[in-house]
Amino acid sequence: MNPANYLILSALLFTIGTVGVLVRRNAIVVFMSIELMLNAVNLTLVTFSRINGTLDGQIMAFFVMVVAAAEVVIGLAIILSIFRTRRSASVDDVNLLKY
Amino acid sequence: MTHATLLAAAGEITSTSTGEAAVFWILAPIAVLAAVGMVLVRSAVHCALLLVANLFCVAVFYMVQQAPFLGFVQIIVYAGAIMVLFLFVLMLVGVDSSDSLVETIRGQRLGAAIFGLGFAGLLVFPIGSAIDGGSAKGLDKANEGGNVQAIGRLLFSNYVFVFEAISALLVVAAIGTMVLGHREREGGRVGQREWMRRRFTEPGRQVTPLPGPGVFARHDSADTLGLLPGGGRASGIGGIPGIPETAEEPGVTDLPGGRAASDTPDTPGAPGTPGVSDGPGSAGPGGPPGSRGPDRPDRPDRPGGTTPGAPVPPAPTDGAAADGGAGGAEPVDVNGSALAGAGKGDER
Repeated sequence: MNPANYLILSALLFTIGTVGVLVRRNAIVVFMSIELMLNAVNLTLVTFSRINGTLDGQIMAFFVMVVAAAEVVIGLAIILSIFRTRRSASVDDVNLLKY
Repeated sequence: MTHATLLAAAGEITSTSTGEAAVFWILAPIAVLAAVGMVLVRSAVHCALLLVANLFCVAVFYMVQQAPFLGFVQIIVYAGAIMVLFLFVLMLVGVDSSDSLVETIRGQRLGAAIFGLGFAGLLVFPIGSAIDGGSAKGLDKANEGGNVQAIGRLLFSNYVFVFEAISALLVVAAIGTMVLGHREREGGRVGQREWMRRRFTEPGRQVTPLPGPGVFARHDSADTLGLLPGGGRASGIGGIPGIPETAEEPGVTDLPGGRAASDTPDTPGAPGTPGVSDGPGSAGPGGPPGSRGPDRPDRPDRPGGTTPGAPVPPAPTDGAAADGGAGGAEPVDVNGSALAGAGKGDER
């Protein structure tokens, strides 16, 4: 088996995540799709790290994970504060930035 | 190292083992199916569970690809902490807030599907053609002293500034979450005394405990009449078997309205009179003391209270139930309760 299969798999996962971001209305599910895309990119980085024989790709994937964790925490806090004022977690209802 | 051993090592590394191939071909379809299901499934909780399945598959891929540290970090941080956070927020927002199926932009789903197919083709085919037969060097040499040790060495030498920046980012993210999640308290601090006062002064609050589940009554007290599921009365006052029903009959029949209604038992409103008598009681949750009073036909002061309702008796003779809802509050209530007594008398 060629290690490039991992790249193809991660390309598929990234595409599915993109379609999820485009299609879904629930903000939390949109966030999950973004997580899926980040994971696909991580898989690419790990695969390239293996192909190139250095650990830099893994370090990068690690950093991506940390940034994703921070992003999720902030994003979910924003979703919660929007939900408090709008009583909705749908991205369609958030068409004003204030109130 | 001879040339032959180099070639052997290169060949060994380039083609992955059969075990890895088996793992890949089993888990890759699962990962893709979980991802597709995550996009398609309506319930957000199911989305989260499918995403967890996908994350576990990817974690196994990490471990297989000589990145055990990242694999375990993936399981602990992603599938553990972040997904728990997701589910926590999901439960706060409400599980029933599933997606609406209304398209705000026409043809958005079709467009997204076409875009996804095109994007996948654009990504997959160049990768398949460009890296076909490419050789992987493998991480055996880089992972020599252990994967975790190697990553740590690299993290604190070449990437130490990135590491510091990431730590600053984490601190900022934590502070930002606290700022976003903080809510100013409106008004002063509410103590126990204030809560108790509100309990009795605010309109619409039920002071007494609510009736238990399965009890067909609006109030828990014995003087309000519990109704059977069909709308009729149980035997005894308020459905209490020990008290005979006749004990309250004189009180009811003393009412002028009760007389008039019982004189005309064939009025069309008579069968629906329990509903009429229920009406004022159920329509008045805003004022518990006022709404609970008319529900008591056996109160001793009731005949005195009916004197303002004295002009009412002509009304029930011609369409009592229709008039009951439209009239003034107090006389109609009395009339309704009197009619309820008349209806009860008809049932027996």
